[in-house]
Amino acid sequence: MIDRETVLHIAQLARLGLSEEEVELFRQQLSSILEHMAILREADVSGVSPLAHASRLTNVMREDEPGPSYPPEVLLANAPDQEEQCLKVNAVLEES
Amino acid sequence: MSALHELTISEAATLLRQRQISAVELTRAFLERIAALDERIRAFTLVTADLALQQAHEADQRLQRGEQVTPLTGIPLAIKDVICTKDIPTTCSSRMLEHFRPPFNATVMERLTAAGAIMLGKTNMDEFAMGSSTEHSAFFPTHNPWDLERTPGGSSGGSAAAVAAGMAPGALGSDTGGSIRQPAALCNVVGLKPTYGRVSRFGLVAFASSLDQIGPFARTARDAALLLQAIAGPDPRDSTCSPASVPDYTAELTGDIRGLRIGVPVEYWEAPGMEPGVARVGQEAIQRLRELGAEIREVSLPHTRYGVAAYYIIAPAEASANLARYDGVKYGYSYRDTSDMWEALDKTRQYGFGPEVKRRIMLGTYVLSAGYYDAYYKQAQKVRALIAQDFERAFEQCDVLVSPASPTVAFKLGEKLSDPYQMYLNDVFTIPANLAGICGISIPSGFSEGLPVGLQILGNAFAEATILRVADAFQRVTDYHTRYPSLLEGKDTA
Repeated sequence: MIDRETVLHIAQLARLGLSEEEVELFRQQLSSILEHMAILREADVSGVSPLAHASRLTNVMREDEPGPSYPPEVLLANAPDQEEQCLKVNAVLEES
Repeated sequence: MSALHELTISEAATLLRQRQISAVELTRAFLERIAALDERIRAFTLVTADLALQQAHEADQRLQRGEQVTPLTGIPLAIKDVICTKDIPTTCSSRMLEHFRPPFNATVMERLTAAGAIMLGKTNMDEFAMGSSTEHSAFFPTHNPWDLERTPGGSSGGSAAAVAAGMAPGALGSDTGGSIRQPAALCNVVGLKPTYGRVSRFGLVAFASSLDQIGPFARTARDAALLLQAIAGPDPRDSTCSPASVPDYTAELTGDIRGLRIGVPVEYWEAPGMEPGVARVGQEAIQRLRELGAEIREVSLPHTRYGVAAYYIIAPAEASANLARYDGVKYGYSYRDTSDMWEALDKTRQYGFGPEVKRRIMLGTYVLSAGYYDAYYKQAQKVRALIAQDFERAFEQCDVLVSPASPTVAFKLGEKLSDPYQMYLNDVFTIPANLAGICGISIPSGFSEGLPVGLQILGNAFAEATILRVADAFQRVTDYHTRYPSLLEGKDTA
């Protein structure tokens, strides 16, 4: 049902590196799980609106009041890498 | 007086107020119990002994002065490691967050601290709360105190096992598809999933945001009521948290359920995989409720058979979006051995996440991807609406619904690991309440094959007081909740 190319495509969408073993394992397991999901097609959903969440609230509003924020060193305390109070990342744009 | 670790929260609170025991003594008793037993059970990912004793000392000062004393002042609790604790590791039992120390407290932690409660430590869980056995912890599995070869259920297995083994009188967990009620059932403790929006999710690490709720574990319904009282209520930092005021839950514990309409959903009892021993205990529990004067009637929840499939599309879909934040840049595990941005991202997630989390990210990404969205995700949301309607109709005829919380007793470690869908099926009775956003509780109701069976009581949205009243009435005429696992004490076998 799910082929190897689909697994690789989904993994790329999710930005999830997979080992060769995982590609094959997920191909089998996702196929099997999705077969069970086929039962949903039997449900008569004509005229039913999708329910996205069970909260009974809509449009919660509050005043736009400024409040205290965190100092940079607190927010950067968990950062894997930093420099001059900035998160340090690999180059996004490559030199041509 | 019972040994300190056998006290319920209510009993301990009375003794603390009367100054017959101190919070430091009580806390030491639980820390000693953890030191003696947790090597075998492995409920805790972290024991915060120094902090606990410091908080206990402060609680004793409050108790001495008689100021700001609440029923939780001086009460030690265990906290599931998915709830943010300021400057204290909050790992979600994942390599991804192994060294993460949140810069803030979850709202529930602020409220417990304000009430004078004490934190004993953080408890083990299935990674990012994805699982039904606590075997998907990246660190180690937790063992069921009733049989160390078996799982405690999950994902809040550490919290359930801690309370079951007397290593904490109460705990917090989170429930997205049954992660409080199912481990409570498998470990012989009380576990309550509040109505969606009853308890703030601020500081709860997100799994599936439309389903997640924090809730309490305890030995009695009364204790669960005390814990819920402390953590429930509006929070401006969670816009899905209800502005509705919180009733006085313990005031509702009258022991009187005469005339209460209790529905028995026929579909739950016909579910495939229901063990005969579990069904028998469930029927006996219903007979007890009838003897207490409740009116028992059969009801139908016709879309029950779609619940597991709908849930395992919706929850992974939301998870795949929520877990996109783990990119190795801002916090958490980060793969560093490359200068390539995409490779770093792929490998951070490959090595940071465990197998079940990856499986759900893959499944969730698939059902949301172009070409499959309507067939899976949208269809599941429509079925979700039908399941919610089932409950609306049932609650027109009934005040609460009862069934076993899990179709089986605790299963063996490793038994369901190789077949993910078999593991998912264990959530068949708990999932519908999350999809509909209603409240539910599991309470000790008997034993099958020497292992605990939980009775689930479901209530309409914001009807926590009603399910607690039924649970408390049941516990007044039964003693299942007072029994401890024999292998730990050599006494009180089931």
